[in-house]
Amino acid sequence: MQLILVAFTVVVGLAISVGLYFGLNAVASRAPGPWKSRLQPAVFLGPVIVIVSLFQIYPTLKTLYLSLFAISGAEYRFVGLGNYRDLLSQGSFGQILLNNVLWLLIVPGATVVLGLAVAAFGQRVHPMLSRCVKSLVFMPMAISFVAAATIWRFIYAYSAPGQPQVGLLNSAWISLTGKSPQAWLTIDDGHLNSLLLMVVVIWLNTGFAMVLLSAAIQSVPEETSEQARIDGASERQTFWHVVVPQIRTTIIAVLVTVLITVMKIFDIVFAMTGGAYNTSVLGFEFINQFFTYGNPGTASAVVTFLVLAVVPVAVYQVYTYRNQEVLR
Amino acid sequence: MSATIAAEAAPQRHAEQAINTSRRPRRNRRPLTSLFLVLFTVAWVTPLVGLLITSLRPRSEATRTGWWTAILSPWSSEWTLSNFGDAFASLDLASNFVNSLTVALPSTLLPILFAAYAAYGFTFLSFRGREPLFAVIVSLLVVPIQTALIPILQAFIAVQELTGIQVVGTYPAAWIVHATFAMPLAVFIFRNYMSTIPKALIEAALVDGASHHQVFWRIVMPLSTPAVASFAIFQFMWVWNDFLVAYIFIGDTRPVLTQALFDLLGQYSEGWQQVAAGSFITMAVPVAVFFTLQRYFVQGLTAGSVK
Repeated sequence: MQLILVAFTVVVGLAISVGLYFGLNAVASRAPGPWKSRLQPAVFLGPVIVIVSLFQIYPTLKTLYLSLFAISGAEYRFVGLGNYRDLLSQGSFGQILLNNVLWLLIVPGATVVLGLAVAAFGQRVHPMLSRCVKSLVFMPMAISFVAAATIWRFIYAYSAPGQPQVGLLNSAWISLTGKSPQAWLTIDDGHLNSLLLMVVVIWLNTGFAMVLLSAAIQSVPEETSEQARIDGASERQTFWHVVVPQIRTTIIAVLVTVLITVMKIFDIVFAMTGGAYNTSVLGFEFINQFFTYGNPGTASAVVTFLVLAVVPVAVYQVYTYRNQEVLR
Repeated sequence: MSATIAAEAAPQRHAEQAINTSRRPRRNRRPLTSLFLVLFTVAWVTPLVGLLITSLRPRSEATRTGWWTAILSPWSSEWTLSNFGDAFASLDLASNFVNSLTVALPSTLLPILFAAYAAYGFTFLSFRGREPLFAVIVSLLVVPIQTALIPILQAFIAVQELTGIQVVGTYPAAWIVHATFAMPLAVFIFRNYMSTIPKALIEAALVDGASHHQVFWRIVMPLSTPAVASFAIFQFMWVWNDFLVAYIFIGDTRPVLTQALFDLLGQYSEGWQQVAAGSFITMAVPVAVFFTLQRYFVQGLTAGSVK
């Protein structure tokens, strides 16, 4: 029964959307003379522009606006930069910013390095093995963050000393060093627990980097590597000085994409540590402030930091896009 | 060491390669590299293997010994499929699977519809401000959901209070948010693909009296199927695996599988065997989609990023 209701809702939703376009088109076709062609762009682009303005652009601007208020329930009190001052004066928020910086520095780089390594090595082995390896390395991309959190929490699991260890890391730790088991996710010395979380995200995203870099490597003209070898370069030199420079744009594109993913991180932190033990990041703290503490104003201020971090990336995206358009 | 050996062998190698280049295949089946890759891959899938093994063990075993011991002595360990049955019930799989599907399908189809229209407009219609507008869309690719979340929620609640129609906690709320945030990427991918369609084809049809709308449905959309398919798979998997949007905009009334798994994870003290089984059940659909449609998935990724 529920299934039928659901199918019905879905079909109705889609029918309305398709109907919208046919309706718009009908109106535009009946318009007199020159208006007919002028309205065409509105028919095709109108809905997207409206939706994106309404649900992406306007809300983002409003969030920036809300960050200037202290909000509790329905009461809005203008505090200007008060929320920001409060946040920055809290040591814990400074740690959150530091965590974000660490994430942004480590994860994209590590993902690209691993992805490049697998892509490069994959080029030089039997195609069957290569395909198999790439498939398996890529597979974690299909897993939800929550499932990944499950998998890795299990690896990092801790049982009291003397109890049998079910977590792989603790078992290896005990065998290799003979010391007592650790509750790894609670250790924030040297941001160890954050690093452990980063391992999960690297595990999830390396496949993506590998796929793109592999495609890029394969599109590098053979002649350039051949020429280098004829000139006396070793495989390693050929790779680093001939192939890699030619895939520079892809490397940067992958770095940027993973960077954006890292900025949005919420699920991993939420499911693995709940933000405790100094693992919180901006994407998580936002939810924390909004739902747990009921502070939409503070939450908006937190997310504004994210917006500030994202703006240079957006500018860069547009910049590269314009350059590519020029070449087209 | 290898560098000097390579240098010494260089002249002979050059001669060989200069002769053989066009005939010998590029791959050299290097054993050391192959071994490294095999070991790397084994390490890479270890977490998944560990989870799989744990899901097949009864509680008594899973809480007592590490899963690697079960691999080392498979005959003396107990195995069971009952965890899957338990997880099925704990996850309330029957209804939550349908919930996930209900969220994922329209969240995939709607952005495709809207973005295809817009991409057509950007590719085949000329109007003032076309490039700057597209640049705006491109710049929106980076906006995380968190930045828009509170105002969207507030708007939904305002609509609820104004009209009495429930919005938050229903599927359409999630559809709208997912569709919106997928649109910039979809428009970008579709536009890139549509610009490879020969303009002459479109112009011929227009000269013959077809309207843009007809050209869109009869010529451009059928030709764009590869791009649409790739994006569809990508988006479906993304929404299926999503947690944040479902958590906030649908909540507990009709949880999706990721939410159900999250709740199950909270019970790991009962023993990882059930959480493990539950994870595999939730992973079944996206991983199956991934393996069968891998080619399109990869195409979708490369279409968006590699030029």
